[in-house]
Amino acid sequence: MITQEQKDIAQGCMEFALKNGCQQARISFAVADNSSFDFRNTQLDKLQQSSENKLYIELFVDGRYGSFSTNRLEREEVQALIREGITSTRFLAQDLARRLPDSSRYYLGKGDGLELYDDAYLSINVNSKIDLLKQTTAEVYGKDKRVISVTSSYEDNRSAEYMVASNGFEAFSQDSSFSLSSEVALKTDTDARPESFWYDSTIFWKDLQKEGIARKAFERALGKVGQKQTASGKYQLLLDNTQASRIVSPLISALMGTSLQQKNSFLIDRLGKQIMPPSVTIHDTPHLARSFGARWYDGEGVATSDLQIIEKGVLQTYFIDTYNSVKMGVEPTISSPSILNFELGNTDFNGLLRQIEHGIWVSAFNGGNTNQTTGDFSMGIEGFLIKDGKVVSPIGEMNITGNILDLWKNLVAVGNDPRKNSPWKIPALLFEGVLFNGL
Amino acid sequence: MNNITTEAMLSHFGVSVEDLKKVLAAALEKGGGYADLYFQHTRNNQISLRDGEVNRAASNVDYGVGIRTVAGDQTGYAYVENTLPEDMIRAARTAAGIAATTTKPSLEIKLTEKHFHNFYPIEIPWESVDILRKKEYVQKLNDRIFELDKRVIKATVALSDTTSYTMFCNSEGILASDYRPMALMHASCTMQDGTKIENGYSSRAFRLGFEFLSDELVETLAQETVAQTALMFKAVKPKGGEMPVVMGAGGSGILLHEAIGHAFEADFNRKGVSIFSDKLGKQICDTSINVVDDGTIEHARGAINYDDEGVESQKTYIVKDGILNSYLHDRISAKHYDVAPTGNGRRQSFRHAPMPRMRVTYMESGNIPEEEIIAQVKQGVYVDNFTNGQVQIGAGDFTFFVKTGYLIENGRLTQPIKDINVIGNGPRALADITLVGNNLKIDEGTWTCGKEGQSMPVGQGLPSVLVSKLIVGGE
Repeated sequence: MITQEQKDIAQGCMEFALKNGCQQARISFAVADNSSFDFRNTQLDKLQQSSENKLYIELFVDGRYGSFSTNRLEREEVQALIREGITSTRFLAQDLARRLPDSSRYYLGKGDGLELYDDAYLSINVNSKIDLLKQTTAEVYGKDKRVISVTSSYEDNRSAEYMVASNGFEAFSQDSSFSLSSEVALKTDTDARPESFWYDSTIFWKDLQKEGIARKAFERALGKVGQKQTASGKYQLLLDNTQASRIVSPLISALMGTSLQQKNSFLIDRLGKQIMPPSVTIHDTPHLARSFGARWYDGEGVATSDLQIIEKGVLQTYFIDTYNSVKMGVEPTISSPSILNFELGNTDFNGLLRQIEHGIWVSAFNGGNTNQTTGDFSMGIEGFLIKDGKVVSPIGEMNITGNILDLWKNLVAVGNDPRKNSPWKIPALLFEGVLFNGL
Repeated sequence: MNNITTEAMLSHFGVSVEDLKKVLAAALEKGGGYADLYFQHTRNNQISLRDGEVNRAASNVDYGVGIRTVAGDQTGYAYVENTLPEDMIRAARTAAGIAATTTKPSLEIKLTEKHFHNFYPIEIPWESVDILRKKEYVQKLNDRIFELDKRVIKATVALSDTTSYTMFCNSEGILASDYRPMALMHASCTMQDGTKIENGYSSRAFRLGFEFLSDELVETLAQETVAQTALMFKAVKPKGGEMPVVMGAGGSGILLHEAIGHAFEADFNRKGVSIFSDKLGKQICDTSINVVDDGTIEHARGAINYDDEGVESQKTYIVKDGILNSYLHDRISAKHYDVAPTGNGRRQSFRHAPMPRMRVTYMESGNIPEEEIIAQVKQGVYVDNFTNGQVQIGAGDFTFFVKTGYLIENGRLTQPIKDINVIGNGPRALADITLVGNNLKIDEGTWTCGKEGQSMPVGQGLPSVLVSKLIVGGE
């Protein structure tokens, strides 16, 4: 997708920056194509198609750092932006921790082998995309009088990036994605209009699930009919594989170099310590082919590799980029994780549900937040009350509140069913003693 | 200043009126009923401070034109990142594809320049200010934060200024231009007290030029940031459950934004998926309550001179005397309901088609002093500082996250509280507002609303109100 002309623009920017006062520079040229279609009930609701280009310019000037971006690619415009950028950057305070990574840490390969781009991207015609949406919508629309709206959406993207750095990095990456989703809204005998969605997304067109998306959305919406609050108290908590990432994400944020260096992390000084139960092992596996999130190098060009994050509950690494490693006086690791892989348990979601005596399956979060400094969280939820391994009734308009590390200490089982179409491959998780706020 | 003429804007984008007519004609060549073009050239600059020094600068330039064709309530959309006539026409033909016929309309478009009131005149354009003059205020804010409390161990400050040149025209003949400034300053600090560490922040955002920056702004942000963080050390989590909640004046407008604002956006109602879809003209809360969505507050973050469909900004009563008076309309929904659009058709950028969005949403003042409202509560919470919120349009369940507030015990504010989520149901919460204070305050923070992948600057406000019951997170 990246042309020689675009590569030349990036190279030209770097040369221009170095000739005009920069000691180091990193330039990226990014391109993307996108098409999307929404089909509502009986007709096409929206179509959108676009192509875009962007130039990212990072300048290291006299121990100072500035970053600049533009989609105006005429030579004079870009050179003016670089000149202005150098002038602005010189007005800043020195920050000697700003530097390119040591060149020995760069990825040096050709970028092959991860299977992130579908060569069929351009051969899929518009009519087959619209036909897919029609079929998806027709799975549900007109089949049940409670259905008031079905909106199915198809989107495909392809993007590519060429990155060069003045101390010897040059690489190219390219990927594609296809997604199909459906939203179904119902009207029953109350004012509430239960709605839900389902989706699939893949790197390859042929892998995309093309049947059953709207039916699944309908089933999920139907499950919400009659939602009501239940009593406050401690319950077992079951998170399905679409929701478990919500309680992993605060952990990952707290492991980032910037959070640690700014003392804004509840995981400061926890390296090598037990922070989760021994049943939790999480690895970063960046070279998993045909997976969203796979990459040979991070945003700095540093080569990725398999990494232990949590080993039997013990914290093994922080995510330290070049800047924060100098600031903190520690060895750099990688700027962020790529693909999270959990060591799996022995049973799937249904098996975990059957283990519950008195609990709540949280099928969706509704707002909420986590204090990254303390790990305290409070989140709105909806889902289902479970008794003796069986779904009793839909619940909603409730909160769960606690501390994220305390929550993980109460993990009792890890499922074996991670969702494949996410870079974070997290299975269903079962906890005990979780405080729910309701009636 | 910033009265940019359309002639100057045509020159800025390197296009002629004839070019615009040709592109509009191409957008309608398959039978679409309406088309518009949205030109945008935006420059954003940021400088930031970390570890005591202003040590990072960043700028972004974004340029392009979005082309929309509407056929009934269907939308075709495409954009290009240049304004070359041949590229715009190609994009227009893509957008035109939403219409089903191949009949070319015999349409002669006459473009007439339309002028709108300017709700954000500025004194000093950001483009005329170099980084040295901005840097001074960023550094001062950091230094003041450290001066105010010895427990401060870290502070970050960020200053962002954005200047957008926009030009709009449509097949109804409107040709208009706008110069949209936005200034934003944000400070956060981390304090250590013994082994405990807490973080807090404060921010301000206005449609202003360089005059946004002042010593008063620096002092206000420093005081708020430090006070906010210091309060966290004293705060606890309340006992959770259903209880009365007093929403303090200002940022509590998040209640309106989440509980009813989104559900009043007419696209959801047109599709029948909002819990308020059948409620237009009906009593939905106490007759003393009036709720407004207003794009005409001078310099407010959510102010607009005209929306991104060329409709004049206005003050729209969405609830009048307790009755659901109006949805928030874009052109498509207004046509569906056969009413005039309300100036709520907004878009994040030329890359996005417009849809109904809020501007500055607030409730008008009642006549009860805040202390009298608090005095009515035996046991509950008072909340006035928030981070984020969310709503489910169909079920009506909304939430907002409370950064800090207070317990109310026997009619008085007592222990500070922190980090709790509050959840409720929009129609019920609105009906459960039993007391409205006399102290409306429009919050001046950096509120940004997300909807269907588009972020939009908005504002919100509220007088202090009592909601008789909501579910409060806690221990």
